Amino acid sequence: MSTTAIDTQVALNGTLNRSASPPRSAGVQVTDYDNRQTVGKITVDNPKMTCREVNVYYGEKHAIKNVSLDIGANEVIAFIGPSGCGKSTFIRCLNRMNDTIPSARVTGLIKLDEDDIHAKEIDVVQLRARVGMVFQKPNPFPKSIYENVAYGPRIHGMVNTKAELDDLVRESLERAGLIKEVEKRMLEPGTSLSGGQQQRLCIARAIAVNPEVILMDEPCSALDPIATAKIEELIDELRENYTIVIVTHSMQQAARVSQRTAYFHLGDLIEIGDTDQIFTNPRHKLTEDYITGRFG
Amino acid sequence: MQPFLLLTLLLLSAGAYYLGRRRAFAVADGHVRNLHSLPSFYGSYAALWCGLPALLVFALWAAAQPNLVVNWVVAGLPPELRDLPPDRLNLVINDLKNLVGGNFVASASDPVMVEAAERYRRLQAIGNAALWVVVLSLAIAGIAYAWRAISPALRARNRVEGVINIFLIASSTVAIFTTIGIVLSVVFESLLFFRQVPVAEFLFGLQWSPQTALRADQVGSSGAFGAVPLFAGTLLISGIAMLVAVPIGLMSALYLSEYATPKFRAFAKPALEILAGIPTVVYGFFAALTVAPLIRQIGTAVGLHVASESALAAGLVMGIMIIPFVSSLSDDVINAVPQSMRDGSYALGATKSETITRVLLPAALPGIVGSILLAISRAIGETMIVVMAAGLSANLTANPLEAVTTVTVQIVTLLTGDQEFDSPKTLAAFALGLVLFVVTLILNIIALRVVRKYREQYE
Amino acid sequence: MNKATSHDGVPLRERDIKTIVNAGLARRHAAERRFRWYGLIAISLGLAFVVLMFANIIGKGLPAFWQTYIQVPIHFDAAVLDPEGNRDPQTLASADYGALVRAGLRQTFPAVEGRLPLRALSALLSTDAAYELQRRVLADPQLIGAQQEIWLLASAAVDTFVKGNIDRTLDEANRPIKDQQIEWIDQLRAADKIERQFNAVLFRNGDSREPEQAGIRGALMGSFFTLLVTFLLSFPIGVATAVYLEEFAPKNRWTDIIEVNINNLAAVPSIVFGLLGLAVFINFFGLPRSAPLVGGLVLSLMTLPVIIIAGRAALTSVPPSIREAALGMGASKLQMVGHHVLPLAMPGMLTGSIIGMARALGESAPLLMIGMVAFIVDVPKGFLDPATVLPVQIYLWSDLPERAFVERTSAAIMVLLAFMILMNGLAILLRKRFERRW
Repeated sequence: MSTTAIDTQVALNGTLNRSASPPRSAGVQVTDYDNRQTVGKITVDNPKMTCREVNVYYGEKHAIKNVSLDIGANEVIAFIGPSGCGKSTFIRCLNRMNDTIPSARVTGLIKLDEDDIHAKEIDVVQLRARVGMVFQKPNPFPKSIYENVAYGPRIHGMVNTKAELDDLVRESLERAGLIKEVEKRMLEPGTSLSGGQQQRLCIARAIAVNPEVILMDEPCSALDPIATAKIEELIDELRENYTIVIVTHSMQQAARVSQRTAYFHLGDLIEIGDTDQIFTNPRHKLTEDYITGRFG
Repeated sequence: MQPFLLLTLLLLSAGAYYLGRRRAFAVADGHVRNLHSLPSFYGSYAALWCGLPALLVFALWAAAQPNLVVNWVVAGLPPELRDLPPDRLNLVINDLKNLVGGNFVASASDPVMVEAAERYRRLQAIGNAALWVVVLSLAIAGIAYAWRAISPALRARNRVEGVINIFLIASSTVAIFTTIGIVLSVVFESLLFFRQVPVAEFLFGLQWSPQTALRADQVGSSGAFGAVPLFAGTLLISGIAMLVAVPIGLMSALYLSEYATPKFRAFAKPALEILAGIPTVVYGFFAALTVAPLIRQIGTAVGLHVASESALAAGLVMGIMIIPFVSSLSDDVINAVPQSMRDGSYALGATKSETITRVLLPAALPGIVGSILLAISRAIGETMIVVMAAGLSANLTANPLEAVTTVTVQIVTLLTGDQEFDSPKTLAAFALGLVLFVVTLILNIIALRVVRKYREQYE
Repeated sequence: MNKATSHDGVPLRERDIKTIVNAGLARRHAAERRFRWYGLIAISLGLAFVVLMFANIIGKGLPAFWQTYIQVPIHFDAAVLDPEGNRDPQTLASADYGALVRAGLRQTFPAVEGRLPLRALSALLSTDAAYELQRRVLADPQLIGAQQEIWLLASAAVDTFVKGNIDRTLDEANRPIKDQQIEWIDQLRAADKIERQFNAVLFRNGDSREPEQAGIRGALMGSFFTLLVTFLLSFPIGVATAVYLEEFAPKNRWTDIIEVNINNLAAVPSIVFGLLGLAVFINFFGLPRSAPLVGGLVLSLMTLPVIIIAGRAALTSVPPSIREAALGMGASKLQMVGHHVLPLAMPGMLTGSIIGMARALGESAPLLMIGMVAFIVDVPKGFLDPATVLPVQIYLWSDLPERAFVERTSAAIMVLLAFMILMNGLAILLRKRFERRW
């Protein structure tokens, strides 16, 4: 199937008929999509999100080239690659954060469950409530710890009473493993916390909305090793309830927390597969070079 | 005459520069390497020696001569004129000066005056001639000194740079002296005023009528300097101005920084800032001739009594003037909020307006408060609009449709026209100036501090 | 882990975020649109004010650039001008030119009889008409004895009427121009002897009590001298201060004080500077009132902080690498600044200074304090002559009720705004031309 055919189909239907996708078989390693480089199986059995033929342009720059992959429910998938490879750009497509950049243009199909996230009837507000995000640098709002966590539930009208909100804030902080540290200081500003605590506060803030997917864009790059370890532990616990996509520049971190790993290079998705396989037996030359530290 | 002397001095200095350079080459046997500094520094060295002392003497002389001449002429006047009371004597001196200047005066036929004028002219001529001689000989002496002093070992560069350094430092103290000058002039005159009118009376009195207070026999003359109606009027007009400027300015800034396309922003931002460049006298004209009659008409149409110089008109127009002030300061402040705050909010599914009202504004609040304080200080000190569009009657009222007066209006009215300088009326203007200065200073200091703290928070 | 539950008993975690969000979406989007509208309304209001003010002022001021003239046959009668026939300039200067004008008018309207009607007839022309004839004769005594058709300046009332600003249906007592005069004007119109010409008087004369003779030349020259003093003082001192603070000053308490001081001065109300000028320059140093020199001194103190702040910004934008390169070559600190840093920062400093000067040009409040509000007819010729400046002239005229003065005030504002636009345009051009991105 050629690119044009798919484009037309996407344009006509808005969604891609799943049955039209080529039969998955263990033997096929290079997909039939015009993903000339992707090595490995891009699909999963129970996808939470489906991306097909995604392209991103920043003005003239072609930042993401024809990337297709699935994100499985309740899995942790890691995006790795050298800096500037587009992994952050790609993760920002998943909750349409690229909309906030005026020069950015995204084409292709991205589905959350059965909903095309670019479809007219899907509101970006709703999408972002369902797909939460945690950023590279902790960015608590200049409000109290309590208000930081309560922000999402408040704007979405998720609770009706103060008691409900209190419960929700507590529970979110508990899930983020932060409750013990902040129990006594809920009304202090969020910025008074340490870097690692701030990042966990941001995670608590994200999960207070009860999203289905959590995107994490290098969540530990600004943190020290102990704080990093705590976050990684947290990610492992959160997998029970959420689907997690994590961008990381640290291969070790990807190996520790993820079940599947995707390797990006200059805007191309080079290889995708089970984390074990990627790190022990990479199939693509570029992946191997990166993993073994020849560049990056 | 004097400009010509200055020009001569300039030419001499230029000559000295050339001579100094030549001299430097000469003493160095033509090898620049032998010199401590570049030849041009030796030239500048000579030029400075030629010009600076002469210029200094020139300035002092020019400042002192007129007074000295007057004193000598007065000393030569017949005793009956000399012993006149100072203010009468001043009149005589003014007549004299006019006579000297060739203008027609009533006393032109008085032989005493004619003779005095003649002496005045003669003394002036002698003084000017002496000035020429002294200044030029000083300049030439300077050149001679520099000529002798120039030697390969002379550290000409350091000397010249030293002089420039002194100039730089002196320049930077001008700002300090300006502040000191302001403080001294308002404080000094205010003290004179408070000797006649008690401070508490001035600050808390409810009656303001400086015109009637001039009459000593008037019973209520001491009670006529209560400035409360002026403060109230100032607050009323500034308040109206802020009610106009803050919502419009702030919303414009928010729209421009968060919603507008780059193209629209590139057009609208400078267009809005035109308002900041229009002279205040133009706003005053607009307020007095267009807005005030309009408000009056509207008021009459709905059956309200509106004064022809209503506080509303002045406040409204002042508000328009302050819009760009609020909007550009707020724009800076809002742009200083890091993008990550916006991202964090959008990523949670907030709409733009939710992000603005719940994250950006609280984050930018200190900065916005700072800029509003600056705007208030600006409104309080604004003069022309209120002079032209607000009234003179010191009403103590909160009704924006009535005429009120402000501190600045009173300063202007008290100081224009009347020339007597020690009447409480003119001194009151300085007391009002002191209040104005202190209040705006406090507002500015708080505002600048708040804004700076805020900036540091995100740096 | 205690589960948060909602009021209906369903655990919050199990409620569907999708439906919850959807329930509020319509309301939230409405709020969003509303907020956006507020912003758009605010900015449109701001822009509308700009347009409104300009339209208002241009609408009022544009007619002032044209002025009504009436063509009158003038006989330069030797018997009136030079009875002795010796062409003595003194005699020529003091001759009764008004008689020539009156005679000319009577020639045009021979039917008019009686003292009052004749006076009304004379009132058609400005008092300047006689002076105009005087100027012509003094410039060219050959005119004496000649007969010429001459365009003479009409009075302000006639001008206002011709421009259509006096309603002829109004009751006669309520308008400055009477029925009889209207009749004459109509006759003149029919004979093509009344027309509007470019108002050169506005740019040639100083102030006057007669609107048709009032001009802005005096104010323009006053502004010129005042600004010249301001520039000559504030630019060198401002640049020197900026250079000292940015390049040489040690970072200590003293420089901190200077800095805070400058920032505060920039926000001191302008009228306070006027008080300073009055107390220090006029009362203490005894400088003359109303002089451009004093005005310039006051304005330069006001402009100084603006120039210093702009200058420091320009200096900080020069990258440190340039300084290091110069010092590395063995230049002294002063040479480094003089040869490298200052030339690179100069466009920025000039831009700031021009903007400061534009502000000084529009400033009037402090000048009221130092007596530059006097009614001055003569055009100032130096720094010590009594003078006024353009914005103060506007202020003075705006107080006068005649329609012709309102018109002239607006015209003066247009001239002032034209200068401001010119200066700011120059500043923008300079910035565009020399702006460097390091």
